[in-house]
Amino acid sequence: MNHEAPMWEFMDTGIHFNLANVLMMTIASLIVFIIAVTATRKLAMKPTGIQNFIEWVMDFVKNIINSNMDWRTGGQFLMLGMTLILYVFVSNMLGLPFSIVIGGQLWWKSPTSDPAITLTLAVMVMGLSHYYGIKMRGMKNYAKTYVQPMGFLFPLKIIEEFANTLTLGLRLYGNIYAGELLLTLLAGLGTSSVLGAATAVLPMLAWEGFSIFVGSIQAFIFTMLTMVYLSHKVSDDH
Amino acid sequence: MLTSNFVLGQAAHFNGGDIIFQLFIFIILLALLKKFAWGPLMGIMKEREEHVANEIEAAEVSRKEALKYLEEQREIVKQSRTEAGQLIENAKQQGEAQREDIINQARAEAERVKESAKREIVQEREKAVAALREQVASLSVMIASKVIEKELSSADQEKLINEYIQEAGEGK
Repeated sequence: MNHEAPMWEFMDTGIHFNLANVLMMTIASLIVFIIAVTATRKLAMKPTGIQNFIEWVMDFVKNIINSNMDWRTGGQFLMLGMTLILYVFVSNMLGLPFSIVIGGQLWWKSPTSDPAITLTLAVMVMGLSHYYGIKMRGMKNYAKTYVQPMGFLFPLKIIEEFANTLTLGLRLYGNIYAGELLLTLLAGLGTSSVLGAATAVLPMLAWEGFSIFVGSIQAFIFTMLTMVYLSHKVSDDH
Repeated sequence: MLTSNFVLGQAAHFNGGDIIFQLFIFIILLALLKKFAWGPLMGIMKEREEHVANEIEAAEVSRKEALKYLEEQREIVKQSRTEAGQLIENAKQQGEAQREDIINQARAEAERVKESAKREIVQEREKAVAALREQVASLSVMIASKVIEKELSSADQEKLINEYIQEAGEGK
């Protein structure tokens, strides 16, 4: 896992791009876009094949939203939830089948195994929650949530906001990064010798399966927590 | 080197560009999917929802209609049943009346036949009596004349004959 990242500085502005991340984010987005668009090309009243799948995903996200808030307020987050769950899921899966290292630089990996990216998503979600909180309930009600139920909780509430953001991003990063790290180590063991390959094949299989499970669960949790945080801000009963 | 991987990004350069790119590409993805995938998908799901609701409503309406028809049919069957009962009752009554009629007729006929037979008997008897009487008269005359032939004189005979003639003339 000690591979270099292919860094690239944008015109000496001090803004550095990890080109591997840029590549993988683009690929993940493309895959999500292709899946979603192919699934919704031939829409019929009687759904068949892949339309069933995408409708199942939509119902799944609907259930997540419904379990957190009223559909009247939550309905507008359906598209965000759909995009988020598919993007995170696809990103988690990308690094599992293989990784590509060119010239000591790691090119193919899960984009979600970089904390900067998961934290970006987390901050975006928290930003959206604050935005919708102010937009839907008004500045006064929004501000009031920081001193409810009691005023002295104000510092805790502030800390909670940062903690939520940090845990939301780092949970995803940690799970995926750990999965890939172990996969890389097992792959290294497997390619070292015949004995190593024999030892590595079973744990490798098990860990691949577990990583698929973890990747799916993390995509679900990320979407779930997004809706939880959004509902905390936009619902009146909190 | 390993530890540097666990902290934010690479120790050498913080990959701030990735953050910008991630935000950028996610928003693009969201916008594109909204236009090309989720919009139509939600549209069709909404349409289906409405379709199902309409179908349920239509089913409800036709169910009510069927119930109404059933009630109507039931009414009709009931009506025809009572009608049939009435018809049978009427036929029975008519049959009864006819039977009564026939019996009465037969009785009257029998009475008539009896009456006429009786009359005939009486007539025959009278006829017989008359014939007998005639016979008796002539016989008695014959006997009388036989007796008288022996005992009466011609004068008396004459007188008697005249008397008889007269009597016979009056009797007629």
